[in-house]
Amino acid sequence: MSIPTTAGRPEKAIRALDVSDSLWRQSIRQLRKNKLAVAGFAFIAFMFLICFIGPLFSPYADGKINPANMHQPPSAKHWLGTDLLGRDVLTRLLQAGRISLTVGLASMALSMTIGTVLGIVSGYYRGVVDQIIMRVADLLFTIPGLPILFIMGALMSDWKIPTDYRLYLVMLMLSIIGWPGVARLVRSQMLTLREREYMQAADVLGLSDKRKLFRHLLPNVFPLLIVIATLSIGGAILSESALSFFGLGVMPPTPTWGNMIDAANNVIDFEKRPWLWIPPGLAIFLTVIAINIFGDGLRDVLDPKQNTSR
Amino acid sequence: MRTYLLRRCLYMLLILIGASLLIFFLYSLTPGDYVDNNLSLSEERKAELREIHGLNKPILERYVNWMANMFKGDFGYSLAQQRPVLDLFQDYIWNSFLLAVVSTFFTWFFAVVVGVLTAYKQYSLLDTLVMVGIFAAMSIPSFFIGLFLIKVFAVDLKILPPGGMITTGSRAVGWEYVAQVLHHMLLPVAVMVLLGVGSLTRYFRSNMLEVIKQDYVRTARAKGLKERTVLYRHALKNAMLPAITLIGFELPGLFGGSIIIEKIFNWPGIGQLYMQSFTVRDYPLLMGFTMFLAILTVVGTFISDILYHTSDPRVRL
Repeated sequence: MSIPTTAGRPEKAIRALDVSDSLWRQSIRQLRKNKLAVAGFAFIAFMFLICFIGPLFSPYADGKINPANMHQPPSAKHWLGTDLLGRDVLTRLLQAGRISLTVGLASMALSMTIGTVLGIVSGYYRGVVDQIIMRVADLLFTIPGLPILFIMGALMSDWKIPTDYRLYLVMLMLSIIGWPGVARLVRSQMLTLREREYMQAADVLGLSDKRKLFRHLLPNVFPLLIVIATLSIGGAILSESALSFFGLGVMPPTPTWGNMIDAANNVIDFEKRPWLWIPPGLAIFLTVIAINIFGDGLRDVLDPKQNTSR
Repeated sequence: MRTYLLRRCLYMLLILIGASLLIFFLYSLTPGDYVDNNLSLSEERKAELREIHGLNKPILERYVNWMANMFKGDFGYSLAQQRPVLDLFQDYIWNSFLLAVVSTFFTWFFAVVVGVLTAYKQYSLLDTLVMVGIFAAMSIPSFFIGLFLIKVFAVDLKILPPGGMITTGSRAVGWEYVAQVLHHMLLPVAVMVLLGVGSLTRYFRSNMLEVIKQDYVRTARAKGLKERTVLYRHALKNAMLPAITLIGFELPGLFGGSIIIEKIFNWPGIGQLYMQSFTVRDYPLLMGFTMFLAILTVVGTFISDILYHTSDPRVRL
């Protein structure tokens, strides 16, 4: 029924395309008006740039150990001082930022993918599949996130996982506790969307399930997904830092912001050498603030129904 | 309602059994335990200990025993501390509860007051400042802010103790003891309030914004009531109503301790006990604690659902 109309009047089809395109442009324009969100985005971009490019310009990027130069307070040569192996703290902070930001992004991507697919499937098919998926999600909600993360971190240590691999396992762990929340949200959206008229039309047209799920339903939860994805990066960075701080996440020599703060566990470093552990803490704090502010701005624009702030 | 309660209780039982399976196998499939890691024990003594605690039995049998004991109210026996897990919980849990109850009180108090004020003065300078503050509070890494405050107030300014619950070696009793505990509580409570107040303030603010628009608030204003009365008696009451469902969700926080805060401030609570047991891999205690948390969460959610229904009969269960 739609085919003859579009075929007969091509200019109308083009105009329809224009309209759907400008929805995104409209959102971006609206977002631009929110100065706080723009500032948040600018800071995130700055953080990524400086972490990924900054170390390239540092004379200390090789991380060479220099015992003669250990525990120097901040100076013109070493802006944030040096650590107990004589490495430049600023360079290490940026290198740690690469890892922490990557962990945040990767675990977000993983939990969003798992959560979205399972949420769509369980909300669309309902019945037994839904029951199984949601009961597993319930189960993971039963135990608070932090103890689960700690247990999994300890498991890694006891299985003697090489430190290089721990990084990837931490991403996986974070997505294990992250996906149930996403799945629940997507599922509840699915339950209402699947009753809409355009889905009836899709049924009538005899589209395949795959096409219905991923071409018709998924795009409609996309705005919501972008918002949760943004906010969950911040959460993932916070969880990773806590885990690594307690020695259960990513371990040295791979630097992350969390395991750099580990220096504070040493009484002398804690009391006399604050340049070792305060900068990474501030880096986490500022990055997560920026992400939360930007995410909230996104929510205002993309998901006005769930608007909690204004 | 009765069938709902029955079904709900059955489901709670099932989900807890699922949780117990998860917890038991997660811990017991880990190589190395307290007996293994204890280098001071001879081989014979290790074998003997395994015999006593049933660690050499097949894993399924151990699970069934563990579960059966739990139904009898026995959460296991701590190998590191040589005491029943529940006894240990009783020693530590009230310290955790003290910290949690005080900080929960202040969190709610500030969240309600600030939430109402910012909703009333929406878009004002105060509102914007509070919003930024809320984002900041929601973005703080809890362990870092704890360390930072200890550094500032205990190490540099020396006006507050760095941790613990009473001064080391102190034998204070009576009021002196209370004063010491209060002094030691100040920092951890401040951090816990800071961490919790952000999202709750937001919650009350948005509830309040919704209520203020209602007709009965306009009626209250129209009949000439004082603005304070309108806000705190007419509007707040209705904005608070949905919040009682949050009470259930506070349950794990109240009794389950706060792992990170207690560890950082060396507070002798149940979260600190958990972290201690972690380093020596005292599995009976770790399993008991995790199971305890699971029970608290499930019961808390149940209470919330019931409160949700009783506060708003339109909600079907």
